[in-house]
Amino acid sequence: MTRALSKIYFVLIGLFLALPMIVVAGVSVNEKQTLAFPPKGFSLSWYGEIFLNPEWRSALFASLTLALASAALAVAIALPLAWFLWRRIAPWANIFQILGIAPFTLPPVITALGLLTFWATTGFYGQPWTAVVSHAIFFVTLPLVTLSLGFTAIDRSLVEAAATMGADDRTIFRTVVLPLILPYIVSGYAFAFVLSLNEYIVAYMTVGFTMETLPIKIFNALRYGYTPTMASVTILFVATAAVIFSLVARFGDLPKLLGAMSSDDT
Amino acid sequence: MSGLALNNVTKEFGTFTAVNNVALTVPHGTFVCMLGPSGCGKTTLLRMIAGLELPSAGTISLDGEDITQVPTHKRNLGMVFQSLALFPHLTVGENIAYPLRIRGAAKEDQVKRVADLLAMVHLGGYADRPVAKLSGGQRQRVAIARALAISPKLFLLDEPLSALDAQLREAMQVELRQLQQKLGITTIVVTHDQREAMTMADTVIVMKGGEIRQAAPPIEIYRRPADSFVADFIGSTNLIAAEADSAGRVSVLGQAVPGISLGSGMKTATLSVRPEDVHLTAPGDGALSGTVTFVRDLGGTIETFVDMSGQRIVAVSTPRARPQVTVGQPVGVVLQPDVCVVLAK
Amino acid sequence: MRREAPQRFGDYAPLFFPATMLIVFFVIPFATMIAVSFFQRQQGGFYVPAFEFSNYQRFLSLFFANVLGFSLMLAVAVAICCVLLAVPFTYLLTRMARKVQIVWLVALLSVLSLSEVIIGFAWSTLFSRTAGITNLLVMAGIMSEAKALLPSFGAVLTGMVYQAFPYTVLVLYPALVRLDPTLTEAARTLGASPIKAFFTVVVPALRNTITATLIMVFIFALGSYLLPQLLGRPQHWTLSVLITDQAIYQSNMPFAAAMAVFLVLVTLGLVGLTILAGRKGEAA
Repeated sequence: MTRALSKIYFVLIGLFLALPMIVVAGVSVNEKQTLAFPPKGFSLSWYGEIFLNPEWRSALFASLTLALASAALAVAIALPLAWFLWRRIAPWANIFQILGIAPFTLPPVITALGLLTFWATTGFYGQPWTAVVSHAIFFVTLPLVTLSLGFTAIDRSLVEAAATMGADDRTIFRTVVLPLILPYIVSGYAFAFVLSLNEYIVAYMTVGFTMETLPIKIFNALRYGYTPTMASVTILFVATAAVIFSLVARFGDLPKLLGAMSSDDT
Repeated sequence: MSGLALNNVTKEFGTFTAVNNVALTVPHGTFVCMLGPSGCGKTTLLRMIAGLELPSAGTISLDGEDITQVPTHKRNLGMVFQSLALFPHLTVGENIAYPLRIRGAAKEDQVKRVADLLAMVHLGGYADRPVAKLSGGQRQRVAIARALAISPKLFLLDEPLSALDAQLREAMQVELRQLQQKLGITTIVVTHDQREAMTMADTVIVMKGGEIRQAAPPIEIYRRPADSFVADFIGSTNLIAAEADSAGRVSVLGQAVPGISLGSGMKTATLSVRPEDVHLTAPGDGALSGTVTFVRDLGGTIETFVDMSGQRIVAVSTPRARPQVTVGQPVGVVLQPDVCVVLAK
Repeated sequence: MRREAPQRFGDYAPLFFPATMLIVFFVIPFATMIAVSFFQRQQGGFYVPAFEFSNYQRFLSLFFANVLGFSLMLAVAVAICCVLLAVPFTYLLTRMARKVQIVWLVALLSVLSLSEVIIGFAWSTLFSRTAGITNLLVMAGIMSEAKALLPSFGAVLTGMVYQAFPYTVLVLYPALVRLDPTLTEAARTLGASPIKAFFTVVVPALRNTITATLIMVFIFALGSYLLPQLLGRPQHWTLSVLITDQAIYQSNMPFAAAMAVFLVLVTLGLVGLTILAGRKGEAA
């Protein structure tokens, strides 16, 4: 009986999570420019619209560029920091760990406003690269957490073994540490990439008036008239996120990344 | 019938058969040890008795009542887990009182029962301690007291002593056996430690590959193993291939061994000879011939490794009874008929 | 490898880049925001350095007290709903086969990464008259005609629970997945039904985790800025919405900054109080 109850509970939660996406997917295949559900007619033209309509295409391009660049910068900030904290005993350096986790933990509007005042004060407000830096800082938490986890999983005797064979610190990092930490770099990058792709408020407050990312474009479209393209973009986003996280799960140990013991232990 | 009975119990996990068609009766008040290598199905069998796994086939009955479908919490049993599973958010006393509280016992009865149980496991006055502050042996006792709180019909223990160091483990084995005899409770322990099984059990059950290979009192398992797996798993032994000719004369490695018979109709068999039963003499003399390859002097005992045409025989003796041998020296090996156990191949 | 304290100046080298980036682009902007909150606003959206409390004094009105009260109440409601839904869900999830867990985790991560814009759009569609869930109910014959379910408080709450639920599960997941499964088995052998075991063992053993999760989800929900606008009426707007509104549309940066600083202080204060209360509860 308990088993049946828990099954029902899972179905209900699954429905709750999926229902909005089902409706949006339905809307995205409407034939005419209406927001009807169940859809009237069937057409995939609203998916084509993302790539054919110059406004949507440039928003897609802007979002992809921003996500690719800011995720890379976030990893570039997180990797040396996580490595240093693992390699050295320097309690005061933990302050940077906290600083790295704070932007993502605080209400996003605060980080966004802080960056807005900063860019406005320094006179760079509206420059596209400021969005890259802003997102990198906002999402540095994700690679920092995955990398810290990855470093604790490295057996320190491997490093000692490499040292006995004549490798110096730099060589050890390149030949032993880096290959072991690579899966965590990839997943940290993937997390930052997907979240950057979806981020609205930081992007809006820093470059909202000069550049349209996809979430900004959707929001603007929401205010100035509906179009099923919003629905097709939404589905594209969900699908992208699902594919990327599935890849992380396929090539890495997703439960472990999220805090479970490694599957070898259990 | 009073006691526990398993009737042709099978458990499959997907395509893997963890327990295969096991039949077993455990009379009331017996202490049973289930022994076997890891993956032999002993823990699965215990978990089915506890109701934590449902059998794929077969039934389990307790005191004549079919309990196969009875959920765990209605079986009125006590179980000690390998991890001990002490509740970290409760004190020692609250842990022990848990089964009483769940059953709605009056507060003052709970307090009294907890005090009695703590006295029984020699932890009087520990009721208010947090479990995290206890030593390994103390945690062990708390887990035992908690399992016995409701005076269960069945006391189950899954590798209960494996986390303790060797000295403490031996002491707890004795204590556990004495406790069980005092309470007269039907007890089933899963272990991979044969010394533990020999110390505590009325009946030892040796399992392999999901099946029971032998169920018998410890000394019988040792003296009369049912097959070569049991012979090898319990204690150490020499397993030697033997052949009989048409007249029934038995030979080992091409050398005749008088006085042994393999039983009617058997052409080949395996002889199991415990190392302490192997006698070394001077070569010739009617004995099998071999060469000493290694001598391990452990002070109290001496192990001599002898090579007999590629087969290694280990002989154990006390220093006083030892013949003077050195590595490379030829020796005679005597297999007395009364110590050879003949096992089907 | 022995972890050692940095010996030479060069040992600090890996720290330079991350430290610089975090200080320049997080600490300084944060400080800038605090500074701006004391600045004086000029007409036309500019502001000049000053040191005055006028921006903070504006809070002392019934309007802001209401907005603050509503924001906190909404965040608490979201946190409680999410934790109530997520604790049993996550517990059951962690007892499942690893493969099943991975499928659910991928789905949860996908929903978690969704932009608030998209969540708002999806739910506004779902609650709309033309394309909403009521159409399904009409089709099923439960309702006679489709109607819009928004804007309403229920819509805001639903959208925010949807947004925060995956986050709640992922915050709970590590503690629950590491919870010794034999604890509940032991409870069952000791006479507790599975449901009783959940409430007498799992929940109490995770008391601290659950408190921490409530705080985390509370902060997460405080940050929601679009859903109240897209799914609610103006009286459902939260402090986050007002901050955005002041910064972008009213061009009153000093006031927006003051509200942001205030939000941080309120957040930290409530978190501190909760932790303090938790400590006292444990000591007693």
